Amino acid sequence: MGQPVMGRPVMGQPRVIIVGAGPAGVRCAQTLLAAGISPTVIDESRRDGGQIYRRQPENFGRPYTKLYGTEAARAEDLHTTFERLRAQIDYRPNTLAWNVAERKLHIVHEGHASALPYDALILCPGATDRLMPVKGWQLAGTYSLGASQIALKSQAVSIGRKVVFMGSGPLLYLVASQYAQAGAQVAAVLDTSKFGQRLRALPKLLARPDVLKKGAALVSSLKKAGVAVMNGIEPLEIVGTDAAGVQGVKYRDASGREQQIVCDAVALGYHLRPETQLADLARCAFRFDEPTRQWLPQIDELGRSSEAAVYLAGDGVRVLGADGAELAGRLAAYAALSDFGHTIAASTLDELKRQQQKMDRFRLGLVEAFPWPAAQAARLSDDTVVCRCEGITVGELRRVTRDEGACEANRAKAFSRVGMGRCQGRYCGHAAAEIIADAAGVPVEMVGRLRGQAPVKPLSIATVEEVE
Amino acid sequence: MGQYTLFAVAVFSTHAEDDEGSNSMNGRFVRLGETERKTVRIRVDGKGVEALAGDTLLVAMLCAVDHVRQSEFGNEVRAGFCLMGACQDCWVWTAEGERLRACTTVVSEGLQIVTPQAEAQWANL
Amino acid sequence: MSRSQADVIIVGGGIMGAATAFFLRQRGRSVILLERGLVGQQASGTNFGNVRRQGRFLPQLPLANRSREIWGKLPELIQHDAEFLMSGHIRVCYREEQADQFEVYAKEASQYGLKLDLFRGAEMKARFPFLGPEVLSASYSEKDGHANPRLAAPAFGRAAARLGAQIAENTEIATVEKEGAEFRATSTDGRTFHAPQLLVTAGAWGSLLSEQFGEPVPIAVHGPQMAVTEPTTYGILPVVGVSSPHIEEVLYFRQITRGNIVIGGCARGPAYPDVRRAYVLPQNTLLQFRQMHRLAPALSKLNIIRVWSGIEGYMPDDRPIMGASGNVSGLYYAFGFCGHGFQLGPGVGDTMAELMDTGATSTPLEPFDIRRFATVATRAPQAA
Repeated sequence: MGQPVMGRPVMGQPRVIIVGAGPAGVRCAQTLLAAGISPTVIDESRRDGGQIYRRQPENFGRPYTKLYGTEAARAEDLHTTFERLRAQIDYRPNTLAWNVAERKLHIVHEGHASALPYDALILCPGATDRLMPVKGWQLAGTYSLGASQIALKSQAVSIGRKVVFMGSGPLLYLVASQYAQAGAQVAAVLDTSKFGQRLRALPKLLARPDVLKKGAALVSSLKKAGVAVMNGIEPLEIVGTDAAGVQGVKYRDASGREQQIVCDAVALGYHLRPETQLADLARCAFRFDEPTRQWLPQIDELGRSSEAAVYLAGDGVRVLGADGAELAGRLAAYAALSDFGHTIAASTLDELKRQQQKMDRFRLGLVEAFPWPAAQAARLSDDTVVCRCEGITVGELRRVTRDEGACEANRAKAFSRVGMGRCQGRYCGHAAAEIIADAAGVPVEMVGRLRGQAPVKPLSIATVEEVE
Repeated sequence: MGQYTLFAVAVFSTHAEDDEGSNSMNGRFVRLGETERKTVRIRVDGKGVEALAGDTLLVAMLCAVDHVRQSEFGNEVRAGFCLMGACQDCWVWTAEGERLRACTTVVSEGLQIVTPQAEAQWANL
Repeated sequence: MSRSQADVIIVGGGIMGAATAFFLRQRGRSVILLERGLVGQQASGTNFGNVRRQGRFLPQLPLANRSREIWGKLPELIQHDAEFLMSGHIRVCYREEQADQFEVYAKEASQYGLKLDLFRGAEMKARFPFLGPEVLSASYSEKDGHANPRLAAPAFGRAAARLGAQIAENTEIATVEKEGAEFRATSTDGRTFHAPQLLVTAGAWGSLLSEQFGEPVPIAVHGPQMAVTEPTTYGILPVVGVSSPHIEEVLYFRQITRGNIVIGGCARGPAYPDVRRAYVLPQNTLLQFRQMHRLAPALSKLNIIRVWSGIEGYMPDDRPIMGASGNVSGLYYAFGFCGHGFQLGPGVGDTMAELMDTGATSTPLEPFDIRRFATVATRAPQAA
């Protein structure tokens, strides 16, 4: 095999494009290179690493142990792997994949658009936080849980002077503890999940005993630092003013009493939701995932989608975390290689699939231990904002469902504007589906999902087509 | 509700002098470290803001002021949300009428950002 | 199996069908509206939203004028304004030939009661400062404007239902036949619907039905190429459209009061009526960007946040099919509006209701007669 020249595949080599240079994308690229195929790797960010292993700017000095704690070694291994691969791949950072059509990926870089044909497209776009609205969450000072971690990890800042962490999921404890260790003031950790749910999920969580142990250690370290950790809470309101933003949080504690905490920042989130827009544009079939109550792209055990030449890996298709993503990236690479006619040792695949099954069992345990608080949707007050981009209230969404017969996600969007904003339903879509289902009296699966449209992210009208 | 607001105001109404190194008393974000970096000067609503090389525009702004824009459909100010280029809440206007997504833009010398809504004559040349 | 009876069956629940159902109910006629999906989901819900009369084929102006009157009265008629805004509408051009045509058209349109004001040079710049330097002339129609296509047809449908129309959504029709003096439509789940009069308002699928009655028409199906920007300060009032012999220059946009700017034009995209999908080609979006830079340069600063398409039926002479069947008594058509039907919707509904109720209409429909596509083979003898 000849040396691949940057940007142009070697004659006879299949053209493989990977979207995302996080754990899944990096391991995918590594696996392809080992088989002699040099992929193009597209990433929207300036640096590789994805979210959980997000890199700090080059002029920052904190060591890996400070940034990634128990995961320092894995993070460092991923980053150095990518640094080794860089010269052998066509790496395009600061590049947005905004559309996919007719076997071409449409990208834009510094205002210049081009279309890259592919023989295989491997989508590893990762995930974002999953949000359930709470009254007042549109006030300045409300952030996603992921945001609070990014602020610390890649910018060495806290999102406020006094931060409340609220929601559910392993990230809640991880970030709160990172903040406490970094010297930020953590007002409280408010977990909507009940301790009993975690106990019941224990058998599945034990699929990854090391992760479970780390989780338990986080909780006890927070308590040792004097941080109030509450379970089984119900968020009631983020209080503050339009001009000054967040000033506190009201919640109902596990015994049903209303409580208040003063704070100037809230980090809110309920685990993660995959970024499925490119899979949608590539016309991949989706199916409803009952445990997580959301629509996910269909994949086989190796990551093949329903569309020929399109593979999906990492948190962008199933939230398995960084380790699971690395595994999925490898599996997807093997799927593509196998489809190109390469022989993959059955033992290699079997071992990876076995590990994947463990990851998936753990994933289901997480879902059980830290459930998406679907029932909160029905109790949201009418004046709660559901669509932050467009400023649409829960009451308005209920009105179009009840009075105008909009019982399906896209119809409700057309009538109420929920999901029409800049984020295109990333942060309101799931909650909106629950609200519609409750107002219409139908199972949430019947509400369907918002149909994806290009561009995947806002695209400037100043964008010019690159001349070949 | 009134008492609660008073208490909140009491906690946060500290004096308006700039603190060396950690954060401006008007800023929302708090620097916890990595402060030994080169200064980068930008302007926000005409006022000079000192950021540090490697800051995103969002962090640069929010270490000095408490919001980056005005909501279009509500009376509240906004200060970003996801910090990862997904929510699109932190798009800001430059003084020249250009659009920048603050959380994914690295701060650079001379940037001029305006936080109120664009004027009605924005489209007129 | 369920059997429903009415004076009129309407097949196709877009704005044409929904508006006709409403106006028929106003006239005391019983109506069943059959819609495969939900009211207003197809071309009616995905078009640009222009409510304009200028630029139309002149003999269409009486219908457009009739419709314009109704747009202004929507709140009192259907208790919903469909966000209609009399914002004004300008047609602009880059070439002297079109500028000359604007003048000719303005004279001829005035005979139909459409008043147009022409602007050039400094006066044009002062009145419409957002226009790019290549723009030569602007023809301004003060009383035209735009509305929200996602809301209009559904609003008509709900108003018709409030007046007692039977609106059957999620009802796919398998067959339509005439037996004696009655039409019978049978849904795929076996329900039957009976009426002495049938109206086909099935848009891009209208020809499938007209063909069953011996009146095939050469309909072509295309997808509009639409985009919308993020919201920004409201400042551009009129709807803006380019007139040009080159389709790639025919860009149009409108700003809604919430601030988003809806963009369309420059190309037609692929539409698949069998599976009810239509697509925006990425190259068409980039083409629209290039043309926007010429038409209104300041808009280049904005981001688009979404694109969409829809399924529109086009006739080769750019005129719709409207009026009575040439073959079958009691059968009527209103479909194939060539991407310019939205403004006509209320007027079509009012006119078709009048025609079906009284046997005649004051609005001339001859240019839209389905018989213009009849061949010797398909022309039926003039039967009762």
